[in-house]
Parts: sequence; C-alpha cells; structure tokens
Amino acid sequence: MAKRLDIKDLNLYYNKFHAVRDVTLQVHARSVTAFIGPSGCGKSTVLRALNRMHEVVPGSRVEGSVLLDGENVYAPGVDPVQVRRTIGMVFQRANPFPTMSIRDNVVAGLKLAGVKDKKRLEEVTERSLRGANLWEEVKDRLNKPGGGLSGGQQQRLCIARAIAVQPDVLLMDEPCSALDPISTLAIEDLIAELKKDYTIVIVTHNMQQAARVSDQTAFFNLPAVGEPGQLVEIGETGKIFSNPSQKATEDYISGRFG
Amino acid sequence: MRTDTADIERPASAPAFQHLGLGRRIKNHTATVLFGLAFVVAVIPLLWVLFTLVRRGLAPMLSTEWWTHSFYGLLPNDPGGGIYHALVGTLEQTLVCAVIAVPLGVTVGIFLIEYGRNSKLARTTTFMVDILSGLPSIVAGLFIYALWITTFGFDRSGFAVSLSLVLLMLPVVVRVTETMLTIVPDELREASYALGVPKWKTILKVVLPTSLSGIITGIILGLARIMGETAPLLILVGYSRAINFNLFDGPMASLPLTVYTARKTSTEAGEYRMWGAALTLVLLIMLINLLATLLSKLFSVKTR
Ligand SMILES: Nc1ncnc2c1ncn2[C@@H]1O[C@H](COP(=O)(O)OP(=O)(O)O)[C@@H](O)[C@H]1O
Ligand SMILES: [Mg+2]
Repeated sequence: MAKRLDIKDLNLYYNKFHAVRDVTLQVHARSVTAFIGPSGCGKSTVLRALNRMHEVVPGSRVEGSVLLDGENVYAPGVDPVQVRRTIGMVFQRANPFPTMSIRDNVVAGLKLAGVKDKKRLEEVTERSLRGANLWEEVKDRLNKPGGGLSGGQQQRLCIARAIAVQPDVLLMDEPCSALDPISTLAIEDLIAELKKDYTIVIVTHNMQQAARVSDQTAFFNLPAVGEPGQLVEIGETGKIFSNPSQKATEDYISGRFG
Repeated sequence: MRTDTADIERPASAPAFQHLGLGRRIKNHTATVLFGLAFVVAVIPLLWVLFTLVRRGLAPMLSTEWWTHSFYGLLPNDPGGGIYHALVGTLEQTLVCAVIAVPLGVTVGIFLIEYGRNSKLARTTTFMVDILSGLPSIVAGLFIYALWITTFGFDRSGFAVSLSLVLLMLPVVVRVTETMLTIVPDELREASYALGVPKWKTILKVVLPTSLSGIITGIILGLARIMGETAPLLILVGYSRAINFNLFDGPMASLPLTVYTARKTSTEAGEYRMWGAALTLVLLIMLINLLATLLSKLFSVKTR
C-alpha cells in the first residue's frame, strides 16, 4: 500500500511569483517525513504540489516531477483526480463537510465515488474511525453533524475521512496548529500508528513535534525576502536536530533565526 | 525607589464617579426622542397601509366564495364573486417564470463562481447581469412585447408575462447563487478534491448542499417580489373575469391586474374586489416569505 515519493527539481509558481526553487528529495515508504522552516518558505506549496492540489489555485504552475513509486504524477495524461485519490491530504484547519453527518463525512470519498454497498460503507466507517482513534468518542452519534465535534475531534474526523479512501500517501499541513496540547498529542500518537501503513509527510511549525513524530526532517528556508524558498537540507531527524550540516538549519533549530 | 506608583495609593481628592451633568442629560434625552421619532415616522406608514388593507379587504377574505369563484358574469354593481381566477393566473405565471429562471440563473451563477472566476467571459456576464438587475419592469414588458408578440407573432398571453418576469427574476437568481457560493469556503472544495472527488461532483455534492439554504431563500424572496409586478401585465396580457388555466391562450387575470382593473369600476362592488385582491396579494406574498423562512431552516447547515 504505502509508496515512496521521489521529488525531482520541483519549481513552483503562483502566476509570475516563483515560490519554491529546485526541490529534490525522497520520501520513504512507511515513514514520517517532516517539513520545517519559517513561514512563507513554501512548505505548504511543496506539500500541495505532491498531490497536485497546487494547481487548484488559479495561475499556479509546476515544473519538475513527483514520482510515486516511479510513476510521475505530472506525466501527461495523468488525471489529477486519481492522483489525489492515491495521495490524501489533511489540512491545517479541520474542514469536515458541514452538511454531512459524522458517518457521511468519513465515507464521503467512497460515497462520492459511487460506492453504495451499505455493509462496506459501515465497515469502512468503523475501521477509519478506529484508525483515527475517534471511534469510541463518536460511535453513539454517527448520524449527528460533523460540525458539532470539538476542534481536535474534527481534525481526527478529517484524518478518518482521508484514510477511508485508503491512500498510499498521507499529506498533513500543520494538522495540529489549531489544536490544544491534548488533542495534539492524540494526533501525534495517531501519526505514529498510521506510519505502519502509510507514507506520511507532515508540515509543522512545532520543532518538538517534528522531533517526536518524524523519521526524517527537511528544512526549508527563504534565502532572502522576495526570493523563492529552497530546501536547505534533509536528513534523519536525529541528525538534523543534533548535528545539522548547514549553518542555517542549526540557527533555525536553536531559535537563532527569525 | 519609584515615586510615580504612589499616585494610585494616594487618597482621592474627589469622588471618582460623578453625577451626570445637565448637558449630558439633555443630549441623552434629545437623542432618545429623535431616534424614537424616526422610528415612529418610519413605522406609521407601514402600519397604516396594513391597517387600511385589512379594514377594506377583510370582508372578501371571510367569504368562501372569494376563494372558490371568479368574477365571471358579474356586472359592475353585483356584490360577491371571487378571486380564484386571479390566484390561478398569478401562481401559474410565477411558477412558469421560476421553472425557466431558476435552473438558468443557478447554472449561470455556478459557472461564474466555480468555473469562470476572473475570466473575461465571466466578467462580461456579471456586467450584463448587473445591467439586467436594474431593468425597469415596464421595459422588460416592452422588450417581450417587441420580441414575442411583434416579431414572433404570438398573441398576448400569460406566458408572455412569464417571459418578462424571467427577465426580472434571472439577475436575482444569478446574484443570490453567486453570493451564496462565494460564502462557501475554498477549504471545503479542497477537502473534497483531496479525497479524489472530481470538480463537478464536488460542486454538486459539497458546495451546493452547503449553500442550498441561502439560495432557496433568496430565490423564493425574489419570486415573492416579482409576484407583485404590474407593469408587464398591463402590456402583455388582457384581463379576464373568468378562470383561464391556459397560459398560452386568451386573456388571463392575476392579482395585480385585478387590483388595477377593479379600480376602474367606481362602485361599491369594485371597491370590494380591488381591496380584496390587494389583501390577497399581500397575504400570498407573506405566506411565501414564511415558506422561505421554513425552507431556510429545513436546509440550513446543522451542528447538532
Ligand atoms: N494562493 C497563493 N497565491 C499566491 N501566492 C501564494 C499563495 N499561497 C502561498 N503563496 C506564497 O508562496 C510562498 C510560500 O507560501 P507557503 O507555501 O504557504 O509557505 P509556508 O507554508 O511555508 O508558510 C509565500 O510567499 C506565499 O505568500
Ligand atoms: Mg503553510
């Protein structure tokens, strides 16, 4: 299931604005890769380029390639809809569908893809909610609207929704930045479990979080204002945090930066 | 040693709270009176209209004949009669207008927001819709007269009225759809895309349901508004005192047209018909507004 990502010479643009330059990195299967770096250096932009969400923004442009187990998601003829079915995403702000019940939120991806088999939907609902550590909290109110849950529960609902379609890769853009510490821990635990089955890329502003959850860490930076963001270095998380090879990384991690 | 903190500890030389000065009190009272007056001036005419309507139009409301019969065969002085023919006309004309204008307008609104954002075509369309929304109803009537009756050679009919109402309704529907779709946060669209849901399905199953309540309410309020339009009626259809279900053939009554026609009969029976029709129209519009509130509640996004 879980697959590897090879990102090669990725350049990303918003209209004429060159947002990210020449990113090349590998994301290993069944592991957690963290993207860290100052605001505006292009972490979200790179993340969104991985499942072709970048192109949803009018005027955006992508150069380079993203290989999913060797298959370029940007190859001509590849349907972005299929790419997103294989590479799921969890957003910074929990965004359950407000018109749908908790149950329908979880199986939205399947239902909208035309799956009608009640039994299967039932199974997927339970499996995904258990997978997102939410089952016990919501099993008695599956028909209530998803918008009635707490922030942390909503975010876990969104994770359940994302894993319900069984993607190969799960992208998370600061999934805990709007959550309290307890919900944050719940989600970090969840990430540790999910990585047994999924390849995970997580953007985080929280350095301790990157250190806690990730196997490898990529540090992005802005060389100067107005210039495109760049990947400074990527390596095993322990090494990046204890003994980075770049001065900029060390400065950022030790808080001597911005 | 700091000295400036001592300020707080020093006993107050005067009480901290003083009584309202005379000037302040006078200003306060003047303002209260002025606002009260403005309110009264604004509300009196409204209440007056309602009072007059009910006082003059109540009698017809209370008779069963009013709701089940037409004015067919009644002479100017004959009492009684009913509004059924006009009710049928108004409802049919509005319904047909809705059947044409709503799908068309919603589609245009969806195109403008979901597909055409900032494209040249979308900007031109928005501009046209803006112009259309300022179109005086008499001009809409004239246009349909020139097109449908003079150019195409059809007879004046209830359907011609529906067409002119479409012209007035269309910009309302487009605007409402646009506004409601703009409110739907992009995050919901992205959440859906991220699940591998195609765009058209995202619009149909995520975006529209989220904004449905607002769109429906706006459309129904728009319909209630055009129900009272009178100018196109005067040009596009003849008045009939008999019941006519056929939108395509012959003269057809409607509530505004009945008010207008009955006014020309300066008898007691004429007054009865005129005020009766007027109150019926207002009641109908109120009923529809009520329906809009109900539907809005029914379709609104719930959190528990
Ligand atoms: N939708 C957009 N349109 C134009 N510019 C954008 C858009 N989103 C992000 N940017 C720009 O791209 C750069 C990188 O942004 P982002 O990827 O959001 O950074 P990060 O996630 O690291 O904070 C920033 O300069 C930002 O202003
Ligand atoms: Mg970001």
